[in-house]
Amino acid sequence: MKLHEFQARDLLAKHGVPVPGGRVAATPAEARAIADELGGRVVVKAQIHAGGRGKGRLVAAGETAAMFQKLTTDPANNSGQVKGERVGGVRLADTAAEAEAAASAILGKHLVSIQTGPEGKLVKNVLVAAQTDVAKEYYVAIIIDGAKGTPLIMASTEGGQEIEVVAHNNPDAIVRLPVEAAAGFEPYVGRMLAQRLGFAGDQATQFTRLLEGLYKTFLATDASLVEVNPLVVTTDGTVLALDAKVTIDDNALFRHADLEAMRDKDEEDPLEVMAQDLGVANFIKLEGNIGCVVNGAGLAMATMDTIKLAGGQPANFLDIGTVNDPQRVVNALKVILEDPSVKAILVNIFGGMARVDIIAQGVIDAHKQMDIKVPVVMRLVGTNLAEGEKLLEDSGLPVVRAKELGEAAAKSVEAAGKVA
Amino acid sequence: MTVLVDQNTRLLVQGIGTEGANHMRRSIAYGTNVVAAIHPRRGGEQQDGVPIFTTVDQAVRDTGANVSIIFVPAPGAADAILEAHAAGVPLIVCITEGIPVLDMVKVKATLRGTGTTLIGPNCPGVITPGTKTRVGIMPGDVFLPGNVGVVSRSGTLVYEVVAQLTGLGIGQSTCIGVGGDPIIGTRQIDAVRKLNEDPDTKAIVMVGEIGGSAEQEAAAYIKENVKKPVVAFIAGATAPEGRRMGHAGAIISGEDGKAENKKAALRAAGAYVSDSPAEIGTTMQRALKERGLA
Repeated sequence: MKLHEFQARDLLAKHGVPVPGGRVAATPAEARAIADELGGRVVVKAQIHAGGRGKGRLVAAGETAAMFQKLTTDPANNSGQVKGERVGGVRLADTAAEAEAAASAILGKHLVSIQTGPEGKLVKNVLVAAQTDVAKEYYVAIIIDGAKGTPLIMASTEGGQEIEVVAHNNPDAIVRLPVEAAAGFEPYVGRMLAQRLGFAGDQATQFTRLLEGLYKTFLATDASLVEVNPLVVTTDGTVLALDAKVTIDDNALFRHADLEAMRDKDEEDPLEVMAQDLGVANFIKLEGNIGCVVNGAGLAMATMDTIKLAGGQPANFLDIGTVNDPQRVVNALKVILEDPSVKAILVNIFGGMARVDIIAQGVIDAHKQMDIKVPVVMRLVGTNLAEGEKLLEDSGLPVVRAKELGEAAAKSVEAAGKVA
Repeated sequence: MTVLVDQNTRLLVQGIGTEGANHMRRSIAYGTNVVAAIHPRRGGEQQDGVPIFTTVDQAVRDTGANVSIIFVPAPGAADAILEAHAAGVPLIVCITEGIPVLDMVKVKATLRGTGTTLIGPNCPGVITPGTKTRVGIMPGDVFLPGNVGVVSRSGTLVYEVVAQLTGLGIGQSTCIGVGGDPIIGTRQIDAVRKLNEDPDTKAIVMVGEIGGSAEQEAAAYIKENVKKPVVAFIAGATAPEGRRMGHAGAIISGEDGKAENKKAALRAAGAYVSDSPAEIGTTMQRALKERGLA
C-alpha cells in the first residue's frame, strides 16, 4: 500500500528523522496559514501517489490524456516550466500570499506526470513545507533483498533524480549494504555508508542518526520500501529528509490498523478498488478485451502470455486464489464485466488448493445473477474436475469448453473477435 | 535416490483447519505416510486416523516425523516454521500465502546455516510420484512417475507443466514449487542443484517469472554445472512494466526482472526456452529426443 508524502514524512519524523517544518493543507487558506507559521518562504507540493510531480503539468479533468501524450512524446515538455515559470505540481513561494496562490493553482486540478498515466491524478492536498537551501543532494532507500533475505540499504551521492536512471547510467554510484537481521541496525552501518557517501564529522553523525530513523520506520511500519530522495545537506550543514516515500507490505496490514486508515482509495484504479471490496484481491486492469479469471499468479501471467501469442489482448490480470465460495467467482466476473471493452472471458483454472466444482458453480451462479452477453471460454483441470464437469453439463450453459491452455487462448481470441 | 521427499518421508501436518485437513486426506489417499497432525487445543484426538499433538516437539519425539507441511494462517505461519525448526524437523514445507515479509526475514536469519531446509512459503509443495509422496496441495492424479524434475515459482504452473508432460507420456521424478514470495527458503538455484545431483532425474523444467534475479542465478549455475537438458519458461513476458502481478517482486530487480533478460540468460546457459507456456511439454519432448534420452 502506497502512502502520500505527507503521511510518509510524518512517520519518518515520528521515528527521529529530521524533516523540514510543514503540514498538509486541503485549501488555499490553510496553505496560507501554514506558510505564515513558517515565515512565508515555503514550497507547496501536490500530494499524489506518483512521481515526477515537479516536472508534471496541471490540467482540467478532461485534458489529462492529451497532456500525457505531450509529456511522453517530447521530453522538452516534461520540465514543469514554461518560459522559466514553474507550472508543475511543486511550486516555490516567498510569502504566505504566494503560497495561497500556489495552492489555489494546484488544488482541485489533475496533475499529469510521466508516472501518472493518461488519467492523471486529482490533487486533493498539498504539503506546505519550509524552503531549504540545499548544498548537496543524496539518495537513500531501504528495501528487501529477496536473495539475501534481509533488509538492504541503497544509497547514492546522485540524489534528486530517479534511482532507475542512476542505476542505468552510473551503477557504481549506488552503494548497497545489507542489514544483518539478527544484529539489526548497528552503528557500523551508518559509519560505513557515511564514509562511502563522503560525509565527515558532525554530518556523518547526523547522517547515521537519520539512517537509523529510517530503519526504525522500516521495521515499525512493516514497510516494503522507505525512500528519501533527495536527502540533503543544507548550506548551514544540516542533514534533512527533503522528500519521503513509504510503501507498506500489504500482507502486514492486519497488524497496522493505523496505517490501513491512511489508505487513499481515490489514488487507486476504481475497478481495482471495486475488486478489493468484493474480495477479489489480485486484480489489475489492463488495456485489452479478453477478461481473465485464473487461479495462481504464475498461471494468470502465463494465460495472458498465451492470449497475446494467440493474437489477442488480455483485459486484466486476475488471480482468484484459493476459492472456497462460488460468490467470489461471481464477484470476479462482475468486476471484469464492469469494463465495457471486455468482449470475451477466459476462465482458466488448474485446481490444486482451489476446487474446480466451486469455480463451475460460480460461473453458473453468475449467469443466473447477471445478464452475461459476452462468450465465456472455460478450461478446467484438477481437483474435483468430474464434479465441475457435471455441474456445467447439467446447467446447459452455452460456455465454450477447452482442454488445453493454447486451445483455450485461441478460442477466447476467436470469441472476442466474433463479438466485435 | 530421489529429491527431498520419498518413501522414507514421515509427514506431520501443522494447521488442520478446513484446507489443512482436506489436503492431509488427499496426501494419505495418494499414498503418503502421514504420522502426525498438530493442533494447539486438540492434542490426544485423531483427525482421519492421524494422531493429533499439541506441539511439533511432542509429535517428533513420539512419531519420528521428519517432514512438516504448514497450513497455519499467515499471522502465525512464521511462528509455525520456527517451531518445526526448533523441534528438529529437517524439511519444512510452508504452503501459507500472505506472510509479512519481515516475518520471513526473521525466519531466514534463524534458519541460515542450520541444515534445516525450508520450501516456500506461498508454494504448492513437493511431490515425488514414483514413491507416492505428496507433501503439498497439488492434484495428485496429473502426475506420472518418471525422470523429469520440475522447479517452479508458481504453483498452478507446476500443474500446467506436469499435465503437459504427463499428456505426452513424460513422467516426473520430483516436482518442487519453490514459492512466489520475495523471501523463500529454497530458491530456484537450490532446487535446480538438488535435481541436478539426483541420478533419477534426467532432465529439468524450470518455470520462472518476471521480477527479481532468481532465474539469472539459476542460469549461472546451469551454465557451469548442468549437463542434463533444461527446459525453461518465464511467465509474464507480456505483463506491463511497473505493475506487481501477484507475486512478482519487481521493485528492485530493474533490468534483471524483465522476462526477455531472464530468457537470454537461460538461452546463454544452454537451456531450451519455450516462449509459450502451452509448449513447455513439447519443448521437453524435443529436448529429450535431441539428447538421445527418449
